[in-house]
Amino acid sequence: MHYHSEELVKDLSVKAQLFRIHVLKMVYNAQTGHIGGAFSVAEIVASLYFHHLNVDPAHPDWIDRDRLLFSKGHACAMLYTALAYRGFFPVEELATFRQFNSRLQGHPDRLKTPGVEICAGPLGHGIAIGAGMALAQKMRGGKPSSLSAPSARASAGRVYVVLGDGEIDAGVIWEGAMTAAKYRLGNLTAILDYNGIQQTGATADVMPTEPIAAKWEAFGWHVQEVHGHNVAEILAALDRADEVHARPSVIIARTTKGKGVSFMEYDHRWHGMPPNREQYEKALAELEAGVQAWQN
Amino acid sequence: MAELAPMRKAYGEALVKLGHANPDVVALSADVSNSDFSFMFQEAFPERFFNVGIAEQALVDVAAGLAYSGKIPFANTFAIFLATRALEMVRTHLCYGEANVKLMGAYAGLSDSFDGPTHHSITDIAIMRSLPNMTVIVPSDPVAVAKLLPQVAAWQGPVYFRLNRNDVPVLFDESYAPRIGQAITLRPGNDVTLIATGLMVSRSLEAAQVLASEGIDARVLEVHTIKPLDVDSILQAARETGALVTAEEHSIIGGLGGAVAEVASEAYPVPIKRVGLNDRFAETGPYQDLLDHYGMSVQAVIAAARQAVAAKR
Repeated sequence: MHYHSEELVKDLSVKAQLFRIHVLKMVYNAQTGHIGGAFSVAEIVASLYFHHLNVDPAHPDWIDRDRLLFSKGHACAMLYTALAYRGFFPVEELATFRQFNSRLQGHPDRLKTPGVEICAGPLGHGIAIGAGMALAQKMRGGKPSSLSAPSARASAGRVYVVLGDGEIDAGVIWEGAMTAAKYRLGNLTAILDYNGIQQTGATADVMPTEPIAAKWEAFGWHVQEVHGHNVAEILAALDRADEVHARPSVIIARTTKGKGVSFMEYDHRWHGMPPNREQYEKALAELEAGVQAWQN
Repeated sequence: MAELAPMRKAYGEALVKLGHANPDVVALSADVSNSDFSFMFQEAFPERFFNVGIAEQALVDVAAGLAYSGKIPFANTFAIFLATRALEMVRTHLCYGEANVKLMGAYAGLSDSFDGPTHHSITDIAIMRSLPNMTVIVPSDPVAVAKLLPQVAAWQGPVYFRLNRNDVPVLFDESYAPRIGQAITLRPGNDVTLIATGLMVSRSLEAAQVLASEGIDARVLEVHTIKPLDVDSILQAARETGALVTAEEHSIIGGLGGAVAEVASEAYPVPIKRVGLNDRFAETGPYQDLLDHYGMSVQAVIAAARQAVAAKR
């Protein structure tokens, strides 16, 4: 199923924008956290948690669940927001982000936060850990359990990895990529948040990654490219990835770092900088206008 | 002199036995399975064996993913590459994330003697011991491998299991009954305690015999579990014998010697001498020669015991 209703697309797009507002508030209130990479991944996260993934917030450890490994852990304000709205924990708890005695650590902690699959922040781990999980699911036979929703999928319990583009500088990404290809892990899908900016500048300057599609193809992966803020394209690509057998899939999602706030877009300084009051208010106004634009 | 038996083969056999006992046990390799003998598991359970290539970081991360999905992965490669190249994976996912992965550190100490200092592993105990939630186990002989490995599989949480490459003296018989976390007094004594781990247990037993002929009554305490350390047995030895010698195939910094010194200096200070490599790399050569030359001879244990006894008030 590659077609999704306009209603669904609009709903997920609005959610993504609302999540950005939440992330902005969390980072502003905490005066610490990462906005740029959280904004770029908003539509990807919303599409996964609010449509594509087969998860059960009441049973976060359900064995046949789909697993989302949020490898670009620094952008976790977006992950936490999506998990809260999906029902894994109360939305009010988002206000404790990066505070003492909170379940919402500075970087994701699988033992503290319901729905978080792996500890992340040290970058580059998602693909290899995801390969391990996909192997385990494959060994179980990938049989849909009675709990799993009706689905055209070949297997239950698929593994999804959300990657940053800066983190693919790390060698272990490619070690994991080779392992996934070797073991023909068709139940593993990576979504690359290809925003082109990392902590100190453009990826093209810091560590060139092009030709990105050819790289993944050469490593034995099925490759798709989408506009990473276009929910319809993201959903269709996720569906197609599920239909790929015997090969892992990567969706290269072309995104904008800091998406939604004019003065944050394309600016690497907003990788890990909290806004001051003036910046916060300006950003909030722009994001709210973005929600309005979808709703009109 | 005790008879010698191959540690690697004991490990391979024990792993296969585990594989039969528990279908959740899987093994991973960084393409040295014919060195570390995990190939025996591969032959018995090809569908449960994964060779990730010469990629120690992926080895540990893939193992973590398997563990998070309910498997009990045994990750095999050379000890020093687990402890150094894959360290961040170990720290973040096994220790912080509590992935139930068992790290099988092959060719530890100087046991890969001819491959030289690049392959020697003389800092792994210190590194692994410093990590919260990590358990560190060093079997002393092939019997200990067979006795401890099932406990490692049943243990909840990550374990670093340190293995010797070579034929080593067989110290124990079927009556040997180690429990993770409990040191074992192999020889009673009241003048000094030789606290030893791994291959240095056999050398410490030899040293104790010589010391006895000099009138020094040395206790020998086998510490197969470096962490969690059996603090009670160590403090008991400090109180009852008044002097301690540690003996390990490792740097004297941070390993068993460091652990014992930390405990004793805080709770019951007594003279302590540490036997091991004195903060330096070794070189290529025959195993026994390297051990003797780089500070781990029987004579070195004896000399340390004499000094520790002499330092008693």
